Amino acid sequence: MMELIGIPPQALFGQLLLGLINGAFYALLSLGLAVIFGMLGVINFAHGALYMLGAFVAWLLFQELGVGYWPALILAPLVVAAFGVVLERTMLSRIAKMDPLYGLLLTFGIALVVEGLFRHLYGVSGQPYPVPDALQGGTNLGFMYLPTYRAWVVVASLAVCLGTWYAIERTKLGSYLRAATEKPQLVQAFGVNVPLLVTGTYAAAVALAGFAGVLAAPMYQVNPLMGSNLIIVVFAVVVIGGMGSILGAVITGFGLGLVEGLTKVFYPEAANIVIFVIMAIVLLVKPAGLFGRTT
Amino acid sequence: MVAQHTDPMPAKRPTMAVAPGNPERPLMILAAVALVGLIIAPFVVYPVFLMKALCFALFACAFNLLIGYVGLLSFGHAAFFGGAAYVTAHAAKVWGLTPELAILLGGLSAGVIGAAIGALAIRRQGIYFAMTTLALSQMVFFVCLQAPFTGGEDGIQGVPRGSLFGLIDLNNPYAMYFTVLAIFAGGVWFIYRIVHSPFGQVLKAIRENEARATSLGYDTAKYKLMAFVLSATLAGIAGGTKALVFQLATLTDVQWQMSGEVVLMTLLGGIGTMVGPAVGGVIVVMLQNYLATTTLPATVVIGLVFVACVLLFRRGIVGELAHRLKIRL
Repeated sequence: MMELIGIPPQALFGQLLLGLINGAFYALLSLGLAVIFGMLGVINFAHGALYMLGAFVAWLLFQELGVGYWPALILAPLVVAAFGVVLERTMLSRIAKMDPLYGLLLTFGIALVVEGLFRHLYGVSGQPYPVPDALQGGTNLGFMYLPTYRAWVVVASLAVCLGTWYAIERTKLGSYLRAATEKPQLVQAFGVNVPLLVTGTYAAAVALAGFAGVLAAPMYQVNPLMGSNLIIVVFAVVVIGGMGSILGAVITGFGLGLVEGLTKVFYPEAANIVIFVIMAIVLLVKPAGLFGRTT
Repeated sequence: MVAQHTDPMPAKRPTMAVAPGNPERPLMILAAVALVGLIIAPFVVYPVFLMKALCFALFACAFNLLIGYVGLLSFGHAAFFGGAAYVTAHAAKVWGLTPELAILLGGLSAGVIGAAIGALAIRRQGIYFAMTTLALSQMVFFVCLQAPFTGGEDGIQGVPRGSLFGLIDLNNPYAMYFTVLAIFAGGVWFIYRIVHSPFGQVLKAIRENEARATSLGYDTAKYKLMAFVLSATLAGIAGGTKALVFQLATLTDVQWQMSGEVVLMTLLGGIGTMVGPAVGGVIVVMLQNYLATTTLPATVVIGLVFVACVLLFRRGIVGELAHRLKIRL
């Protein structure tokens, strides 16, 4: 077996795959953040907590009701979306016209409540979630061993990201959404129910976070704190990419995941901070972000 | 496409800070009463609790310098508070510096970190500023986790309090308390002077309308950075002092949760008021002490207070009071 610059290919491609998977989660979450920010003008700090909620709902469905992975992949995002509707209608809509910083603080408080509650009920140790039967095992590709579940995570999240892009950029509903992002009053005057559209957008975006949570459940343990560390990295991803573009968010997410994976191979000490370092460089060179339009 | 919201925000939107008019006299009377109360307090209340409250009160006041008077929401102040705690602890324990020098060194190092983080963060506005500071402070957290001198998960333990100026033994709880009180009072007085200086007026102008301040010829980036460094330094002094009080520096103080806590203290007390953050800091410390004795999950309660503050009283306790009484506090 050949070696690349002293690194066995198994390790290199293994880390690249892990990077791609992390990138998939960055992409799914930053996509949701961008959509919410566009519509509500709020940075949803609770996004990480809702990702955790998705994983926990899947775990609870399995543990308490014996509902398996595939139904959970639909049900858990729906539960998270329903929770999102409640949050938006009871709280976020009340601060809609205020300084966007209040939205950040409010959703930060919500994140603390949700995470604290699960930590209180289930402790900090992770709960295992089994890989579904159909996705067990793996394939030897010659240069690396590819676990089927990991391949599925990458494919599924890519499909969902592209689907979201299509829905926003190429459908009629998406055109309403883009229009309402630019000029809500005008769209309202045309007879579109903008408040409903806002609620729907928030619900759909947090459902994406819930979906990511279910995808993560069999790979990482289901843990009340799984979202809080992720969300900070996703914030950095959003600062790097800018929130102006859907595809930009997806590309930035996957790209940074790969960079992080490569760092783990070549300089593991810096793997935790490489994204923050990239963020600092981007801020110096192109403050608006890679895909940002204005500052 | 999803539009990016552009800053600066339109002036019509209610901003985060409230500063009612009228003279400063109530504030002076209040300060005098509070000082007398704080001098008597250690003979009535457990001094370590008071010292902890004072450290957090100063931390919140330092944070408020940014959010209240420049309108910048930093979500990364734990990096300065906790980072300085490590430096002070290391200086006192390994280098054997006297406490006042160790705290000063902690404050200065926080100022240096603040200059680096601030210079990057002020390149973006509003919500991006908050996210940038949070991400960069998380980087400081990982450095503290991995750096050789911080002791990883254990932190730096058994930090000697030493003797103030080499003369006064701070192992005496009262000596330590009055040192902390002096640092707190000095810090708050310094913030008061900053806010009421011509420099502070420019900061407030930037808060109200940055574009206009720029058009009047002020280099707003320079002012924002200066305010950021001052706030970080003061937060560092608070963190260094806390490290000496508890003879301990740990990861808890650099974690992002700490950045959130100081936001809550300031919000609860009243953003943009002189005394609000200190009051908020004391209340949050009291609340945490109380929650530690119960089975209630502390994070949930803190989160609920957060939500209630944002939804119900954005002026905070002191801000609301000042608004009702039409005085400046």
